Amino acid sequence: MMAALRCVIYRDLLLAVRRSSDVLTVLLFFVIVVSLFPLGVGPDPTLLRTIAPGVIWVAALLASMLALNRMFASDHADGALEQMLLGATPLGMTVGAKVLAHWLVSGLPLVLISPVLALQFDFPRELLGVLVLSLVLGTPVLSLIGAIGAALTLGLRGAGALLSLLVLPLYVPVLIIGAGAAEAAASGLPGHAQLLLLGALLIFAGAFAPWAAAVALRISVE
Amino acid sequence: MNWGSWEKFFAMGGYALYVWSSYLVALALLIAELAFLALRKRNAVGRIRAGGTAGRADR
Amino acid sequence: MSINWFKYSSPQTFFPLAGKLALGFSVLALLACSVGLYLGFFVAPTDAQQGESYRIIFIHVPAAWMSMFLYVVMAFWAGLGLAFNTRLSGMMASAIAPTGALFTFIALWTGSFWGKPTWGTWWVWDARLTSELILLFLYFGFMALQAAIDDPRRADKAGAVLALVGVVNIPIIYFSVKWWNTLHQGASVSLTRSPSMAATMLTAMLIMTFGFWFYGIAAVLLRARCIMLERERLSDWAAEYAKGTA
Repeated sequence: MMAALRCVIYRDLLLAVRRSSDVLTVLLFFVIVVSLFPLGVGPDPTLLRTIAPGVIWVAALLASMLALNRMFASDHADGALEQMLLGATPLGMTVGAKVLAHWLVSGLPLVLISPVLALQFDFPRELLGVLVLSLVLGTPVLSLIGAIGAALTLGLRGAGALLSLLVLPLYVPVLIIGAGAAEAAASGLPGHAQLLLLGALLIFAGAFAPWAAAVALRISVE
Repeated sequence: MNWGSWEKFFAMGGYALYVWSSYLVALALLIAELAFLALRKRNAVGRIRAGGTAGRADR
Repeated sequence: MSINWFKYSSPQTFFPLAGKLALGFSVLALLACSVGLYLGFFVAPTDAQQGESYRIIFIHVPAAWMSMFLYVVMAFWAGLGLAFNTRLSGMMASAIAPTGALFTFIALWTGSFWGKPTWGTWWVWDARLTSELILLFLYFGFMALQAAIDDPRRADKAGAVLALVGVVNIPIIYFSVKWWNTLHQGASVSLTRSPSMAATMLTAMLIMTFGFWFYGIAAVLLRARCIMLERERLSDWAAEYAKGTA
């Protein structure tokens, strides 16, 4: 089974590399959105420093959501998804593998570029660690929850907008806790509580979301 | 609770706008829901009557 | 005598029962709300801090409680339909959503109109109001998903997964919002809990909650009847019913 899962991950990564424009557009969206906020609220450094974690988190949320369509749609279109449904590997594990590959391609780049963007907001350098760690723990949760939404809206008209409506309310706790970690660190408190909570959310989502997404996939593909 | 007079009751101690807006909007929405359901039922029944036997397997 | 537990699990048998129950609960709702509002406006005294504006509580809190309760009930029926593949369970879940969303909106609207005289602004990022807002989005998501799927069976099952994921998330959302609220606003008196509530106020509020609950049951059953007529429009019993109602 591990071989099958490695295959799934490798395939998804290979496809992402071949269609790298998909990946890069999402990353660029993230960068642009973060840059829009100072243009909207003014260049006052104190204000920007305060809103930096929140802005970066919201932008990461939106960018992550943009990338969700890719998770199942192309496999559904060329019939590979049905093969996965029929295969011997438990569907939950296959979905987990796909989510991992999706995060490696869509989530991890966001995490890696976030320190640069945070510096744009003059976010204190010693607090960057907390921010990056919160994103490392939080973006996989976003991919996991997003997988459920992507599976539910597979093949529907207006799937993109519908997906946002379904998934954003579920993202709210991750946003609150994730942004809260860096904000707490900025006001002098350790962000440990939030980071631990994010870890708990990650474990919880990691345990249940692939299974829920698998159920949703079976419903959508029939 | 002795209001003293109807004017005092409707004035709600100065908060008339807030209290009555809340209650009236809530009432209006609940009535609208029931009205909409009555309309929906009428349309459904009309559609059944108009549908005839098209689509039924045993006719 | 053996009881047939599943007698009412088909639309054909449940349809007339739903009609009678809806009528009964409507009457009960009217009674309960009349009593509750009388108590609330003519027996309960003026509040020491908030004056007469607190009287909004008699619809704000019942609406909020019902909005959350209905979501859980909706998830229950949806889950039942998913597990046992019963048509009627899915129809019940779909019937509940709009009423639940309506109660959520009423809770938000009345909360806003209560907040303006109390706090000075039309919107307060109070933990409960913010949670209610997210609950509204959850209801809308459920309804939008079901509206986007043409096949009613797939719509029921997809909605069920979403409702179950939502119901698991609601406690998480509520606690994270509560935490966020206390961190950012510090200790402040909650919009919905005055330090001590006079017994008459509490009684009136509880009776109004029952009134809203009975109304909710009636509205949901009426909508379920509409859904049954729409989905089963090709069946014989529906044709009989349509002929019967002149």
